Amino acid sequence: MVPTIMKQGRIAPFLYLLPAMAVITIFIVYPMIETVRLSFTNRYGTGTAASSCLPGNPCWGIFENYRYALTNPEMLTALRNNALWLLLMVPVTVALGLVVAILADRVRYESLAKAVIFMPMAISFIGAGIIWRFMYNIESGGGAQTGLLNAILVGLGLQPVAWLSNPAVNNLALMAVGTWLWAGFCMTILSAAIKGLSVEIIEAAHVDGANGWQTFRNITVPMIWPTILVVTTTMVINILKIFDIVFVMTGGNFGTEVIANRMFKLIVTDLGRSTAIAVLLVVLTIPVMYYNMRRFREEEAMR
Amino acid sequence: MKPFSSLNRIFSNIPIHAALILLCLLWIVPTLGLFVTSFRPREDVRTSGWWTVFQPRQVVGETEYDTYCASCHGADGKEISAADLSSPELLVDYPRSNRLLTALRKDIDGKPHLSDPALPSNPNKALDTLSKILDYMRSLSSGGTAKERFTLRNYADALVGYKGTQDYLTDCQQGVASALAKFQCNSSDLLNPEGMGRALLNTIMVAVPATILPILLAAFAAYAFTWMDFKGRQLLFIILVGLQIVPLQMTLVPIARLYAQLGMQSTFYGIWLFHTAFGLPYAIFLMSNFLRGLPRELFESAYIDGANHWISFWNMALPLALPAIAALGIFQFLWLWNDFLVAKIFLTTQPVLTVQITNLIDPRGGNWHILTGAAFLSFIIPMLVFFAFQRYFVRGLTAGAVKG
Repeated sequence: MVPTIMKQGRIAPFLYLLPAMAVITIFIVYPMIETVRLSFTNRYGTGTAASSCLPGNPCWGIFENYRYALTNPEMLTALRNNALWLLLMVPVTVALGLVVAILADRVRYESLAKAVIFMPMAISFIGAGIIWRFMYNIESGGGAQTGLLNAILVGLGLQPVAWLSNPAVNNLALMAVGTWLWAGFCMTILSAAIKGLSVEIIEAAHVDGANGWQTFRNITVPMIWPTILVVTTTMVINILKIFDIVFVMTGGNFGTEVIANRMFKLIVTDLGRSTAIAVLLVVLTIPVMYYNMRRFREEEAMR
Repeated sequence: MKPFSSLNRIFSNIPIHAALILLCLLWIVPTLGLFVTSFRPREDVRTSGWWTVFQPRQVVGETEYDTYCASCHGADGKEISAADLSSPELLVDYPRSNRLLTALRKDIDGKPHLSDPALPSNPNKALDTLSKILDYMRSLSSGGTAKERFTLRNYADALVGYKGTQDYLTDCQQGVASALAKFQCNSSDLLNPEGMGRALLNTIMVAVPATILPILLAAFAAYAFTWMDFKGRQLLFIILVGLQIVPLQMTLVPIARLYAQLGMQSTFYGIWLFHTAFGLPYAIFLMSNFLRGLPRELFESAYIDGANHWISFWNMALPLALPAIAALGIFQFLWLWNDFLVAKIFLTTQPVLTVQITNLIDPRGGNWHILTGAAFLSFIIPMLVFFAFQRYFVRGLTAGAVKG
């Protein structure tokens, strides 16, 4: 497939590749290896991880930082929360994206509706965090509620809720923000898949007497199932790495800690633990990534 | 065709429209709230919800003033220059409503001061009414700002990063020395390190080079992968593109240490290189896919005409790849514009927009007027890019679904 007709020196290709390869080697390959090495050292990266064990406390020797990453209460909260995000938020977001894609497909103002739902993806997660901090704002000093949600609650005669500091609701409140951000992403990809379905099949189903719901359940969903899987796995990766929203809205306090925020907090104070958490994150991500890339390539090949 | 079928369709589609419009409203209301709030006067932001701007506004004493005074003195109180109700000097004479009542009891040119309508005859009610009118006159005398419903002052505060007790423009006008220790009250304040103006500049300084650099390097690499032959081509391609899956958390600590050793902390070229590296794998993937689609005959005939690789790269591959470059460029640019984590770690002394916003957060929730303005300032460029190049952006994003 490469035209051999063009003459080239032996080194010419590598001159074209050199800049990209140099940058990638220095800034991705080397640090990856170094991160793994550092995860077995102490907080300053000067000695082995075992040197940070305290006498009388449990110690995993060289894996001491991994003991922290897997058993520390803060880390357990973070792992639990990431799992919660995965179990609750991912299905809701993908489903919502699918619903919007299907609904928008049937109206004339499709592009407008899709732009509205997609818009949060264009702005920063930090900005989105500010938008929602304001929505969740609570005025506890007796003044008028300036946060919309609490104003509605008070208007209905209910008590205002501390959405971000009350552990009963704050994780759900953060997930709502995540859904608001990512539903548009899911919608866009799913919508493209729906547009790719042949009109004849859908029409044939209608002729055979299938109603809208039956067509959706028995034709549309099975046919776009590979895309649904790609979207879901992509969301799993996004959620494993979730950071900005939690950082800006709660800082990981009040029981809302997540893995990536924990890693960020420790960067300055404890190299060993921070890198161990990074490795943990990669270990959790890679299988999904691998699966996802394979699916994605198959999709590409089929097109 | 059945009669009424189109009507039927409209009715059967009502639930779809209702659901979709409801969802769109849900999606747009939070942003709308931020947008509206960023234009509201500080005091209003603190005391009432943003949705109240859609209701008629009640200023204390406005109805009373309109009933008794506005017909002669005008809406702004300045109609009769001999008795300017908005002048502070006049207000000094009437600290309380009973003084005003005494004054109003006097006739003007033989006619009662207030006749149409007359004040309530019950003295207490009259005093009550008058104290509200006095309140209103005070708000008139304080420059009329109390009547203003929308303002750009929040944006001024956000741009210069001003957190004083009043707003930046007012304090500058009045020369409040204590509040202005760090400010010059001229255009140089736009570059104040704590303001969004400076942050905007920093973001541009990060985003523009870090968009161009990876695309250029990726174009070179992609050209080699598609139009040159060398040993290990396939394997190298798979490795480079496969590096997309590395989350950037995996490289933060060693790079931060490296930069500390080299004295590269908080330098722009440090963050350019980091972003270039992480933009490259995906950029090489997309560019290679695109270049592979170009007709092979084109390059062969160019060679026969005497072109070498260098010339055909610059004169054919690069111009022909413009659609891919556009999609890639927009995607990378927005990613950089919205990045927080990398800038927070590698540009500590030169905050970009996202970092500056988090610096402006008041944990007690006291400065929503600045925060809302600051957040919206950071939205302007991405929203423009998004609406202008929506198709490219969506293409870059969907193709990049697997990007780490």
